[in-house]
Amino acid sequence: MTRDINQTIIRIAEIIINTLKLEDVTPQAFDADLDLVDEVGVDSMDLATIALVLRDEYGIRIDEDYYPKLTTVRIIAEYISNKLTSGE
Amino acid sequence: MKTVSSLLDAHWYERYKNISRLNIRSSIYDVTDRCNLRCKGCFFFSSGEHKVASEEKDVGKWHAFVDKEMARGVNLAILIGGEPTLCLDRIEAFYQRLPTFCATNGLIKVPRERFPDMMVGISLWGDAEDEKTLRGVDSFKISSANYAGDPHAYYLYTITPRQLGKTEVIIKRIADVGLKVHMQLLSNDEGVDGFSWQPDELVAVRAEMDAMLDAYPRTVISSRYYHQIITTGTMLGRRFGWMECPSVTDAIDKREPRPKRLTNFIRWASDLKTMHRCCTSETRDCSTCKDGAAHMSWVMVNKRAHMSSPQELRNWIEVYEMFAKLYQFIPW
Repeated sequence: MTRDINQTIIRIAEIIINTLKLEDVTPQAFDADLDLVDEVGVDSMDLATIALVLRDEYGIRIDEDYYPKLTTVRIIAEYISNKLTSGE
Repeated sequence: MKTVSSLLDAHWYERYKNISRLNIRSSIYDVTDRCNLRCKGCFFFSSGEHKVASEEKDVGKWHAFVDKEMARGVNLAILIGGEPTLCLDRIEAFYQRLPTFCATNGLIKVPRERFPDMMVGISLWGDAEDEKTLRGVDSFKISSANYAGDPHAYYLYTITPRQLGKTEVIIKRIADVGLKVHMQLLSNDEGVDGFSWQPDELVAVRAEMDAMLDAYPRTVISSRYYHQIITTGTMLGRRFGWMECPSVTDAIDKREPRPKRLTNFIRWASDLKTMHRCCTSETRDCSTCKDGAAHMSWVMVNKRAHMSSPQELRNWIEVYEMFAKLYQFIPW
């Protein structure tokens, strides 16, 4: 499970880096606990775009009302893992 | 990777955090097709938008409509023309449910016992002479009497080329009646003679807007960066225009590539069914559009593009704060 979540974290970091075209950072070096709004400068439209990519990647739909709670890569990874585990 | 805190000192980082999660989702609503003025240069009438749809007269349908708007995430209702104050029952449908802003020419006083804290933006197109030329009446005399000292009202001062060198007189008059002012520029859709901006005039008006902000910081709600953007039509080396505008109605936005834009934005006609193309008239030339809200939003939706340097990010913060103040998401 730990290994799975770490892999998910790296994949989500990669998605965010590619989607937002972030420079000078690799998925491995991306701080999973960095606040996406307060530090990366993500806005609601960015989150909506990321959610679409995650839907295509993992086949899960993230409710729009839940976006504000997805504040870090780790939280997103845990959210996805839980969704996949519960089969929602 | 540049992070927000690496670009800002503690003071600016705090300011950033005060606005970073506001998540403002506005839409614009034509409340009525009627107005008690007929101003030269008003896009609503010059473009024929007032004839596009027949206004919904059943107030119950307005209430149901606002519920649906909230369900799709709208958290700021911007009410515009014709003249919304002709239909207070319709305004109330919004005000009872949502943070609401009402644009008005100020000739009718919004009853504060009914709308105690609704933000009101009063249009003003210049001094008495220009007001009479463009609107047929010196509206300031009436609107300032209606709203003097009102903490939930401000003037939307549309500067025209004729106002160059004269803006301070108007700003001072507004300060004297205890109101705030936000400045914007006339787009002159009707091509009224002498009211179209020339390049040298745009340079001059930018300097004048900067000077007014410096001289009347408690009265003028603005930012130097906004002045730069609206007078040059350029942001971070990009030109404002159709392919950049953030204020296009979502459901009919077919642009590819899709620019950064307002989430779920729609401008509704007063029949509550028809959608207008954008926040102003579709007859307007986007490359010369001076719409203030569109330019503010253009900056706001491009936050990360402003994360190249501390100054650019501070510029973004100032514009976002300005918008948030004008719509009461943060205090003056």
